[in-house]
Amino acid sequence: MIICKSQAELERMHRAGLVVWDVLNGLRHMVQPGVTTMDLEKFAERRTGHYGARAAFKGYRGFPSVLCTSVNNEIVHGIPSPQRKLREGDIVSIDYGVELNGYYGDAAVTVPVGRISPELEKLLRVTREALDRAIEKVQLGNRLSDISHAVQSWVEQNGFSVVREFVGHGIGAVMHEDLQVPNYGAPGHGPRLQEGMTLAIEPMVNAGRPAVRVLDDLWTAVTADGSYSAHFEHTVAVTSNGPWILTRPKDVTGVSW
Amino acid sequence: MAKRPQHEKKKKTSDGAPKEDAIEVMATVIEPLPNAMFRVELENKHQVLAHISGKMRKNFIRILPGDKVAVELSPYDLTRGRIVYRYK
Repeated sequence: MIICKSQAELERMHRAGLVVWDVLNGLRHMVQPGVTTMDLEKFAERRTGHYGARAAFKGYRGFPSVLCTSVNNEIVHGIPSPQRKLREGDIVSIDYGVELNGYYGDAAVTVPVGRISPELEKLLRVTREALDRAIEKVQLGNRLSDISHAVQSWVEQNGFSVVREFVGHGIGAVMHEDLQVPNYGAPGHGPRLQEGMTLAIEPMVNAGRPAVRVLDDLWTAVTADGSYSAHFEHTVAVTSNGPWILTRPKDVTGVSW
Repeated sequence: MAKRPQHEKKKKTSDGAPKEDAIEVMATVIEPLPNAMFRVELENKHQVLAHISGKMRKNFIRILPGDKVAVELSPYDLTRGRIVYRYK
């Protein structure tokens, strides 16, 4: 069942979303060569407590940490570790979500570590633009797969590939609501977007082939061919004036990340 | 956090698992009727009209008056049932 939220509920989700925005921005600026993914985790944990929010991922189906940190060929759901030191030229996807007063916010950003190669820069840019294009499609009366198609067409035009095994999702008073938001598919299918629907849109883009392998920790998803992978995400609400990005302040406009 | 899509599993009916929400009860066959239907008497003395499950029909399980059988009843219509097993 797809749950449409009232204005008051959207405001509460926005408040959770602002925590996510703030923490991710803090993390984004922390990223530099020599920092471990556990350092990021520690920061996020402290900041979450400071806001009185609850980390949404920790304990979710047994996930052990506050953040998902996925480095280079890891796509999503990487587990922070004190051994995993970021090096110049790496890319790290940081995925983070909280529950605040009963509502969830969920977002992710992929950050370059120091200077990265032009190909990786392109991978990050295309993935972010795919999210931009997907968010533009969040309009009353559009269908769900218009979003999916916007991601897939942009990514494949640029010679990258879209991960099929993981999808975006409805979000609200639980982290994963029923709606699934794949990042691929033909336009014009699926439910029509209605006022109050809230989606976590998250393109996951591989530089090489789309195939995925999950490591023995049962969480970390890596590209089967070892190619690098990027991931951007926002929680977005459908409103009568178009998309409302719940995981960033209202006065921030322009590109998604 | 990305979601792993879950594909809803279809309930299997070919391996003898009950179809949706059926109640399985024991019964005795009273009389055969046309179209592979039977009148059966349940343990609680109710008489219901039961037909033979597709799997039994496919495997030519013969049913005679007096046989002990297992009947699945739909919770929506308790006057009809489906014979799913014949005891030896």
